[in-house]
Amino acid sequence: MEKPLTQHIVPGRKPLNLKEYEAVGGYASVRKVLKELTPAEVQNLVKDSNLRGRGGAGFNTGLKWSFVPMGPDAPATKYLVANADEMEPGTFKDRVLLEGNPHQLLEGMIVAAYAIQANISYVFLRWAYKLAAKEITQAIAEAYEAGYLGKNILGTGYHLEMHLHTGVGRYMCGEETALLNALEGKRANPRAKPPFPQVSGLFGKPTIVNNVETLCCLPHIINNGAEWFKGLGKGPDAGTKLYGVSGRVKSPGCWELPMGTPIREILEEHAGGMQDGYLFRGLLPGGASTDFLVEEHLDLPMDYGSIQAAGSRMGTGTMIILDDQTCPVGFVLNLQHFFAQESCGFCTPCRDGLPWVERLLLAIDKGEGRPEDMQALEFHTKYLGPGNTFCALAPGAMEPLQSALKYFREDFEQHIVEHHCPWSTVWQPSI
Amino acid sequence: MLTAEEKHQIEHEISLVPTRKAACIEALKIVQQNRGWISDSSLAEVAEFVDMSPAELDSVATFYNLIFRRPVGRHVILLCDSISCYVMGYEIIRDHLYNTLGIKYGETTGDGRFTLLPNACLGTCDCAPALMIDNDLYRNLTVEQLEEILNKYT
Repeated sequence: MEKPLTQHIVPGRKPLNLKEYEAVGGYASVRKVLKELTPAEVQNLVKDSNLRGRGGAGFNTGLKWSFVPMGPDAPATKYLVANADEMEPGTFKDRVLLEGNPHQLLEGMIVAAYAIQANISYVFLRWAYKLAAKEITQAIAEAYEAGYLGKNILGTGYHLEMHLHTGVGRYMCGEETALLNALEGKRANPRAKPPFPQVSGLFGKPTIVNNVETLCCLPHIINNGAEWFKGLGKGPDAGTKLYGVSGRVKSPGCWELPMGTPIREILEEHAGGMQDGYLFRGLLPGGASTDFLVEEHLDLPMDYGSIQAAGSRMGTGTMIILDDQTCPVGFVLNLQHFFAQESCGFCTPCRDGLPWVERLLLAIDKGEGRPEDMQALEFHTKYLGPGNTFCALAPGAMEPLQSALKYFREDFEQHIVEHHCPWSTVWQPSI
Repeated sequence: MLTAEEKHQIEHEISLVPTRKAACIEALKIVQQNRGWISDSSLAEVAEFVDMSPAELDSVATFYNLIFRRPVGRHVILLCDSISCYVMGYEIIRDHLYNTLGIKYGETTGDGRFTLLPNACLGTCDCAPALMIDNDLYRNLTVEQLEEILNKYT
């Protein structure tokens, strides 16, 4: 089985330095695109490969790039940003790539920047990833030294600067327009679209923001071709995917597998199945902001279309398992506390709605819930749903809630009827 | 007053972006690194240096979780309280920290050694529960390990 993204990553070992990385074929794609391909050819190749954004939205990467103004009339300054602000609860896949092979990310960024003719690039890294910050700083310095960054790269006249920016903590920064505000030194509120960042992004200039895993696919697509990449996937979606599992399984972890690997295979073969004494009840397939899936969904392939057809989203592809000894109300309360805390406060439904949802859930968890609270929660899943808020944070927050009300309704009602938590575990939100 | 070294470091960050204001978060990080937290007077000094009003800079400073606008201890404990750590029972770790340190979330020990804060997902969910102290990440935590971990910090 091919594992292009993680083939040179050995847990616990220092990542390859530039020389070692070159020795295994590293930076070949930079040579190829700069010397043999036009930016339009790179865009088309990536579009044809059907690479879809690995940050959660799943938009075709080449198509995303194609909205950037090109040619002599395009603005002189354009930006490429790597979104390394991994903060979706339950998600730890980009950390593997950032700590394990920083040069692969840099190589992908140079390819992407060339494709849109950007001359300035940033890695927007989450503050908590201290080891990644050290490795990326080192890798950027090596890449400048070797002439892969800076002026006149490989003698081709192409010029690209790269800087590392570490954030100071806020979930909103993962949303691409909010990330741009954070890079500009502002509050990370999302921006209205249009204008889209491709046209008016960082400092008002055309900007592409791509997820780390997305960028890490690029060198391999350039080197091996679009058809090869499509062939890596098991179903309609191309490439490999870093899937993860956390919760009460025997071997939690993160594995690069063919896109479209069935959920059951990931859970049982790779994560080792449930720990002894724990039974499976449900899972969030791709982070905190995705709808629950349950037993009946376990044979679905983990690809964008299949998970969407089941009423959820593949999101980041890192699953969180709900077991039978964890209270579903407490589980959802924990999620809603996170979203309420991380709401930027810009629009009213999100700012006021999420704390209200949290209060309702806390009351139910404590055994103080009333039957009408169920309707109030149902109402919020609509009121904070798509189209009613400024960005996707609140609608994302409602995904696990609405599906919990569907699949675990009896557990919620039991709390209300019996006036206590059947698990006797009332979660106390932090502050 | 910003020190010469602080000014030098902030000027470097300003050189990487189109406006002085755009470097304000980096400037806050630099000052916090030196002083532990951002006091009202530090805020005013940074604001003036990057051409912002103190109120505007405060709107940025208070937005982000890791800019401290109140004094913190010599070491800050950030305990993950998000979903995977919740499922894996981080509350035992939290309660043990409460008891051994004699403080709750948002508080600092009397000797100024530790501040304890809750933190959103640390991105190491396969090794839950997890916490960070300063720049150090600790994973797969058990109560038994805590004493040895805490003893590293004076």
